[in-house]
Amino acid sequence: QHQTHHIESLFLSQSSNSFLVPKLMAGIKVFGNATSPSTRRVLLALHEKNLDFELVNIDLKDGEHKKEPFLSRNPFGKVPAFEDGDLKLFESRAITQYIAHRYESQGTNLLPADSKNPAHYAIMAIGMEVEAHQFDPVASKLVWEQVIKNFVGLTTDQAIVAEEEAKLAKVLDVYEARLKEFKYLAGETFTLTDLHHIPVVQYLLGTPTKKLFTERPRVNEWVAEVTKRPASQKILK
Amino acid sequence: MEDQKMKLHCGFIFSNWTAMFGLHEKSLDFELVFVDWVAGEARTKTFLSNLNPFGQVPVLEDGDLKLFESKAITRYLAEQYKDVGTDLLPNDAKERAIVSMWMEIDTNQFLPLASTLIRELVTKPYQGLATDFTSVQENKEKLSEVLNIYEARLGESCYLAGESFTLADLHHLPPIHYMLKMEEEGVKDLIYSRPNVTAWVEKMQSRPAWLKTVVKGDHIFELMKQRRMPMQLDSPCQEVTGLAQKTAMVTENT
Repeated sequence: QHQTHHIESLFLSQSSNSFLVPKLMAGIKVFGNATSPSTRRVLLALHEKNLDFELVNIDLKDGEHKKEPFLSRNPFGKVPAFEDGDLKLFESRAITQYIAHRYESQGTNLLPADSKNPAHYAIMAIGMEVEAHQFDPVASKLVWEQVIKNFVGLTTDQAIVAEEEAKLAKVLDVYEARLKEFKYLAGETFTLTDLHHIPVVQYLLGTPTKKLFTERPRVNEWVAEVTKRPASQKILK
Repeated sequence: MEDQKMKLHCGFIFSNWTAMFGLHEKSLDFELVFVDWVAGEARTKTFLSNLNPFGQVPVLEDGDLKLFESKAITRYLAEQYKDVGTDLLPNDAKERAIVSMWMEIDTNQFLPLASTLIRELVTKPYQGLATDFTSVQENKEKLSEVLNIYEARLGESCYLAGESFTLADLHHLPPIHYMLKMEEEGVKDLIYSRPNVTAWVEKMQSRPAWLKTVVKGDHIFELMKQRRMPMQLDSPCQEVTGLAQKTAMVTENT
């Protein structure tokens, strides 16, 4: 399958005199907002893979994500939506998984080293589920209270912040133990599991919640590692 | 090829049904180890350090491999045992992406609402706690909007990700099964007022693997009901091996 794609792109590069065509042929579009964590999750994967893409801005303030034509791309009215040729997807973690598999041989490998081994893949899958079920609901509430509410002129509810920080602390204790055994959450290499955390972690670093990271040495190192990656820097611009 | 059977550490909650459903679809033998998480058996030091540091069931043991999170478990079963039983994941990358998408929709759009209803209307009464009916009403309304989208989708194809039953469909049935048992007004109707959703649910309910899952799931529920005293959820983390030994149920899967 990958071979066919290569041959097609060679023909096209001859006819259009462009050696950049193999990348441009991907025809990837992201419909989202550059400030939204879920959009950023997808942008991270695309940057890690050195893939060209077009970001079509969806104006969240205007409610553009709750109206047509966006609703035809995602009837649940959430950014981002995604296109790769004739494939149309939404849900950021489904999109990143698709990118990681479809473009496995280029850019950073976002899958475990032995990705064809279901047992190794399962370890990464657990980490992705933990991010989605244990980390993200709590961490996102903290971003909502401390970042988004401030931005729109509402007051942070410190009682909620305290409650959610207590929950996040317990999750990060498990991460601390895990990161004592392994360099990254799913093993010795950077994978989708780590990537999925980055956008929300970046927002939390701008809040007092940052202390929960700095108090835990291995978590602190991991945060520094994953946020200094070139792709992680690109999404902040 | 397997010297020892797989073990599924299992308790009273629909995600356990999902893991069992996956095992049955794959016609895999497993040993069921009952974990009374409501009584704190998933928070013992042993459980946290050996099985799941987040103190939750289900946990699957396959040889040395220990897996938790029901979607990681079912995905592992689908790939490791691809050539056995029902094929639960397509090979093509684009088709697989659609399955992933509907599993994410389950996690992010459907399950938060359905699991809140289950917690308020099933788990809390069992624990002797008061139901928050405002929350129930809110979640019923949001779930109705979500199910409109499912209704439209299931008008386009037999199953969520296409014409075949996949993991995406499998994950929805256990919470829906719990919803259909609720006496609370309007909950069953969320499903039954939507013909495409109803047809989809009924097709899945007739699967032999599901029928086997219901038998096991009901048995676990009966074990829970037999306990006279409602237990506190936040009991201190302590060794309860004595209790675990008395109540652990090991059944053979036939």
